[in-house]
Amino acid sequence: MTADISVRKNYLNRDYSIASWLTTIDHKRIAWLYLVSITAFFFFGGAAATLIRLELATPAGDVVETETYNRLFSLHGIVMVWFFLVPSIPATLGNFLIPLMIGARDVAFPRLNLLSWYLYVIGGTFTLAMAIAGGVDTGWTFYTPYSSLFANGQVVLAVVGVIVAGFSSILTGLNFIVTVHNMRAPGLHWTRLPLFVWANYATAIIMVLATPVLAITLLLIALERIFGIGIFDPKVGGDPVLFQHLFWFYSHPAVYIMILPGMGVVSEIITCFARKRIFGYDGMAFALLAIALIGFLVWGHHLFVAGESVYAGVIFSLLSFMVAVPSGIKVFNWAATLYKGSVSFETPMLYALGFVGLFTVGGLTGITVAATAVDVHVHDTYFVIAHFHYIMVGGMVMAYFGGLHFWWPKMTGRIYPDRWGRIAAITIFVGFNLTFFPQFVLGYLGMPRRYHTYPDEFQLLNVLSSAGAPVLAIGYLLPLVYLLYSLKWGPVAGPNPWDAKGLEWQTPSPPPEHNFDRLPVVTQEPYAYGLPKRDSDAARS
Amino acid sequence: MAYRNAIPTPPGAEAKPAPQFDSLRQQYEADTLGMWIFLASEILFFGGLFMAYVIYRAAYPEAFEAASGRLDLLLGGINTAILLTSSLTMTLADDAVLPRNRKALIGWLAVTALLGTVFLVIKGVEYSVEFAAHLAPIFGRPFDFPEPHTEQARLFFSFYFALTGLHALHLFIGIVVVLIMLALAIRGVPRLEAKVTIAGLYWHLVDLIWVFVFPLLYLAAHHG
Amino acid sequence: MAGMDAVSDTPLLPQASTLAERVDALFFTLVGVDVVMVLVLSGLIVGFAVHYRRGARVNRTTDAPETKTEIVWSLGLLAVFLAIFVWAAHLYVEEASPPNNALEIHAIGKQWMWKFQHQNGRREINELHVPLGVPVKVVLATQDVIHSFFVPAFRVKQDLVPGRFRTVWFTPSRIGRYHLFCAEYCGLDHSRMRGRVIVMEPAEYEAWLADVSAEPSPAQGEKLFSSLGCIACHGAGSKVAAPPLAGIFGKPVPLKGGRTVIADETYIRDSILTPEKQVVAGYEPIMPSFAGRVNESDLTRLIAYIKSLSGEEGRP
Repeated sequence: MTADISVRKNYLNRDYSIASWLTTIDHKRIAWLYLVSITAFFFFGGAAATLIRLELATPAGDVVETETYNRLFSLHGIVMVWFFLVPSIPATLGNFLIPLMIGARDVAFPRLNLLSWYLYVIGGTFTLAMAIAGGVDTGWTFYTPYSSLFANGQVVLAVVGVIVAGFSSILTGLNFIVTVHNMRAPGLHWTRLPLFVWANYATAIIMVLATPVLAITLLLIALERIFGIGIFDPKVGGDPVLFQHLFWFYSHPAVYIMILPGMGVVSEIITCFARKRIFGYDGMAFALLAIALIGFLVWGHHLFVAGESVYAGVIFSLLSFMVAVPSGIKVFNWAATLYKGSVSFETPMLYALGFVGLFTVGGLTGITVAATAVDVHVHDTYFVIAHFHYIMVGGMVMAYFGGLHFWWPKMTGRIYPDRWGRIAAITIFVGFNLTFFPQFVLGYLGMPRRYHTYPDEFQLLNVLSSAGAPVLAIGYLLPLVYLLYSLKWGPVAGPNPWDAKGLEWQTPSPPPEHNFDRLPVVTQEPYAYGLPKRDSDAARS
Repeated sequence: MAYRNAIPTPPGAEAKPAPQFDSLRQQYEADTLGMWIFLASEILFFGGLFMAYVIYRAAYPEAFEAASGRLDLLLGGINTAILLTSSLTMTLADDAVLPRNRKALIGWLAVTALLGTVFLVIKGVEYSVEFAAHLAPIFGRPFDFPEPHTEQARLFFSFYFALTGLHALHLFIGIVVVLIMLALAIRGVPRLEAKVTIAGLYWHLVDLIWVFVFPLLYLAAHHG
Repeated sequence: MAGMDAVSDTPLLPQASTLAERVDALFFTLVGVDVVMVLVLSGLIVGFAVHYRRGARVNRTTDAPETKTEIVWSLGLLAVFLAIFVWAAHLYVEEASPPNNALEIHAIGKQWMWKFQHQNGRREINELHVPLGVPVKVVLATQDVIHSFFVPAFRVKQDLVPGRFRTVWFTPSRIGRYHLFCAEYCGLDHSRMRGRVIVMEPAEYEAWLADVSAEPSPAQGEKLFSSLGCIACHGAGSKVAAPPLAGIFGKPVPLKGGRTVIADETYIRDSILTPEKQVVAGYEPIMPSFAGRVNESDLTRLIAYIKSLSGEEGRP
């Protein structure tokens, strides 16, 4: 544990030039490129959210103009969904860890991996250009005919940005699938694959098969605006609801792009800090795939009041209940993993436990909105806003932060101050609940989403929600400070500071350029946290 | 796919896989799997558009049949024959990929690229005729179609230009890829097996998409 | 607009339709299920985490039957979910089929207002009067983008889709004034596309319906026409170049830029509130906006007056 990282050659210190970063095909460095760029977008989208909460503190529209408000929530949605949540865990932690976890030297297509990042940056540039040129006021959902025929603003720039970012995500997914299929170390059977890899594999399937439908759908909007082709134009018999079907055929599975990798992260963290093998490994892996596959068949639950047929509504509702069962299995298994464990509460574990709690609330309220007759009332209200923020922010962002703290020593070779980590985790948990719980009540009372002004009686709950926002913001800024601090002043981590299993911990931190000095051979299951401890280490030698 | 048998014993001891792979075989399998996944993605891309078309066709059958009747079935049919033939020549190129057949490889790749180009030229002729006949509802140009189907015919031609335009774009990319293979083959670059196969997979997909585009658009007016 | 939102002497979310209590019954059952599940799961997690914390001297030998526990748990979950599904779907199907004897009212949504027309032809804007205890079916259409008819107190919501008719129905069960929201984002003033639903005793509703005098009279409109100063420009013999209004109602009006619109209620309303948007060909956009200076009822009176200048009451 005393290896001096400044002496040893690793992927970070082999070359410090900017050119070496921008032309790298090392998956670990590409992960960092993503990490830096999605962090920028996270705070960009967060700034828009802050202004939105500020505006909603009073019922009148007194902070920004209505048009500005509409552009703010559209920007918030577009940036957070496509430029933060979708790439968050897969493109950073997934890129960094999948080859390490399966004992490979790199992903299958390293150049394609770099191309994905450049596509992401180009898409992001379009989005920034869109924002600078005045933004769009369509919402992130781009519903027709508003987006195609009525909206002013930079709709074409916005959809092109999303399409380009979409190709980035298709190529990432393609890379992951091939990597997991073809590059596993000897002895690493599918049944020995860490759940983080399973989760990213399931995510990659969705990325590859759902994203192209989004691309063609948004492309049709661009064609409609540039060339005047009118596929969703009601005047020539086009059906605006068809747009919604196509849009949600991607965007509902995309919700699982935004949660499955988080489930993978949390599975790794909980087993490590409970020092126990995961409860029901087969069930966990099966549940990930089941969610990914059933997730393709539930998009119609976004259209219960849009005028799809009653029968369609009923079927989509039933399938939506089905997709909740594997999620339920996962929550139960995480709880059961703690049973008879030896649980400790370092920063990553606090995030993971927070994830399970918030995801449970998000999932159960998902059941509420899957119940057709109730959804008719709460659809397009703040109830839905609260629900999906519990899944995406309470779930994915918590998991992302948890994973970042868990693997930070591996990525940087340094340890951050754990006390500050715990403070930040608790601040985020409290701030999050303060911000979003009141929105459940608001939504049930009938406050519609995307409202710049609202009736006076909703003010109290809006003030509560807005009061939570600064707490949440502080919680998100803290890690930025102490993680950067640890880069220079953090104590040296050593290869395995958490005494965790998994191949990524068997190589130095930071790892050498080609990941392993000697390629590993796998002889046991992924979570051999036997008690008493350390017996599995003995088995290795 | 004759080279398949050649893979277990790579030709020439100097053959080395890319650094992330352990063996050429692993690399070949990864490359091919990657292409198949990409093709699945492409199918979903066009699938969304096909789905939308089928829904509208079911909603406005008469208008779509009337509009379909205005397409040039002869040119469309010739183009279909050309593209199907190009798939054959692509397969022959794939079959001729071993070094001793270099001339055949160069020949078949050239024929494939040529057939693709002829397809695009004929498509261009069709477009110009349709533009002249005021059947292109784009750029705010006048759109001329007899009542009572004027509006929905607009919809049909929106699909026509979107589908054939996207297909033409894919074919263009395919031609560029085949030309790159051709250049490599002329320069005598060794071990083109995987590359030509993968280019072929893409080419066949573009062909396959046309096999759906053609009946959906051109034959809508001529069903039994 | 603030005054329009005032909904007096009602709880935050009243149950004002027969459907409302049934939706609430399901909703609060679901909340109950959620609370129990959250308590059980977080209880398990916190309980295990604390009991089996590192360093605690507890028995850690285990041979929990994993697959069996998982199957029991998922089947239990599935059973609960299916029960909820059946309950909700039952209600949803019922919601979708209005009774045959329902009172039919037509509604049009446009950026950013609601227009209603009752069976005897009486019209209203951003207000909807309905009788207590009578099933009401609202036939919804939109003139531009997608809107959504949402009355929280009734627990109903239905999108208005361009080129399609949609219906929504409810049986009001409580006298009062309730919010009507547009729930589907529809552009700039989406959040101001609000109105009121007014539930009245059936007899009162009949009287309201028949009371044509309550319909804005041209005479009241004429007074406003001069008091607001419209007459200075639009009056006969005015020196300012403003289009004359006599005889325009229901006729096509050529606009600057080459388009033509029919001078209907909507056009007149828009011309008063946002005159710069649709300027008549040959005139300068010099008219000031009267938004904020005239309220909804003044608007309908002014429109009634302008209608009367065309000699007959409305167009077919």
